[in-house]
Amino acid sequence: MTASRHAAPATLPIGSDADLAWVRQQVRQAAAELGFGLVQQTKLVTAASELARNTLVHGGGGHVVLTPLHTGQAQGLRLSFVDSGPGIRDLEQAMTDGYTSGGGLGLGLSGSKRLVQEFEVDSTPGGGTTVTVTAWATIVPPTRPGL
Amino acid sequence: MHVSVSEETAEQQPAAHQVSAFLERRREQIAQRWADAALFRTVFTVSRDEAVEAGRAVAAALAAVAASGRLEDIRAAGFEAVRDQLGRMAASRARTGTDPDGVAREVAALREPATELLRAEFDDPNGREALECVVALTALMGTLRLVVMETTVSAGEEVIARQREQLHEVATPVIKLWESTVAVPLIGTLDSARSQVVMESLLDAIVAERARFAILDITGVPTVDSLVAQHLMKTVAAARLMGAECIVSGIRPAIAQTIVHLGIDLGSVLTRASLADALAYALSRQGVEIAPLRTADPAADAGVR
Ligand SMILES: Nc1ncnc2c1ncn2[C@@H]1O[C@H](COP(=O)(O)OP(=O)(O)OP(=O)(O)O)[C@@H](O)[C@H]1O
Ligand SMILES: [Mg+2]
Repeated sequence: MTASRHAAPATLPIGSDADLAWVRQQVRQAAAELGFGLVQQTKLVTAASELARNTLVHGGGGHVVLTPLHTGQAQGLRLSFVDSGPGIRDLEQAMTDGYTSGGGLGLGLSGSKRLVQEFEVDSTPGGGTTVTVTAWATIVPPTRPGL
Repeated sequence: MHVSVSEETAEQQPAAHQVSAFLERRREQIAQRWADAALFRTVFTVSRDEAVEAGRAVAAALAAVAASGRLEDIRAAGFEAVRDQLGRMAASRARTGTDPDGVAREVAALREPATELLRAEFDDPNGREALECVVALTALMGTLRLVVMETTVSAGEEVIARQREQLHEVATPVIKLWESTVAVPLIGTLDSARSQVVMESLLDAIVAERARFAILDITGVPTVDSLVAQHLMKTVAAARLMGAECIVSGIRPAIAQTIVHLGIDLGSVLTRASLADALAYALSRQGVEIAPLRTADPAADAGVR
């Protein structure tokens, strides 16, 4: 049977709690396929859960783009959470542990930054927010002969 | 796969038979052309050989359908061999954001290269025989498109069903484990609505069972993020107000590490590695001790009470 493996980016909607569950499942599956270990998978899925919920709750919904990365021997997964909500006025404040404008723990943004290798926020007040994170599988796959 | 060829049908549809023979004969060329078409190229990005192989399988299935004369029947037995494969390909296109219309167009685009090869088989590509065959192939390719569309629809339904299942999965039975000890094994996603249900049923059980110990087992919770942690802490606090001591068990190593990096402080929550450990703790706090039965038969050692 031919497996339908694909390295193209995938876009998933974020508009409901059910979508959040689906995003978590898809991120876990993509990470597992790329060779992420259980701890790495759990960290990335948890970061994805935080950021997707921010997209839903603070950004009023949006989408996430999953992009598998293959550079040399490293396998990575990049996730971009995109919304066109109110944006973040004071990024430094938002990134502070414990800061929340709602009733949260205020750990979503700052905490997920600690769970991934690369973290970038692009936000303009009134112009929406895009948070992009990247994680790399630390286990280097065995070199394939003839490549 | 058994394909019955009705002689009668074949008599009535000589064009269908010719198309079947053509698909068999030119399977390789067709597969090569299809491998470069959007549908196969974008699904099998890793290896072109895989795309060609998938194309061969589809061409062979179409040949079988044509041989059976059921050109317009999406239930034709010949499709069974590739139905799963087509479903996976359509799902893969859907995952990358292609809408059903787009997938349908990509399937439709497979017709042109096949028709081109078919025409080339005839001395007179515009003759009656050639045209009849092209019409038959066109009908067959239209049916293929319907088969693919059907798999995308059922794939969509599957997604919805899975999501629903995920939400319903978190049934919250509160189990009485011992005098004064209740437990909730949590399974699945702990969203706000679910955690509200968990908290209510746990508090009810604490009252009903006059429980002094309540165990929240999260072995079956795949992700503990800040919201889930917040729900857990609120539930623990509420149980405490009801006079019960709450123990959270089943925090797996990967989740423990993640919680720490996330910055969540579960320091105020009593935790145990497993449900068994949590129960042992609750029992010991009530002065109950578990010890192996002293017996001559070692096989009976496994049974504790
Ligand atoms: N996509 C977004 N659009 C607009 N504001 C955002 C977005 N993401 C985060 N914020 C702002 O940054 C603050 C901090 O976010 P963070 O995720 O750290 O905490 P929180 O969502 O309030 O609580 P929790 O710990 O439950 O995630 C939010 O309260 C919100 O004001
Ligand atoms: Mg948040």
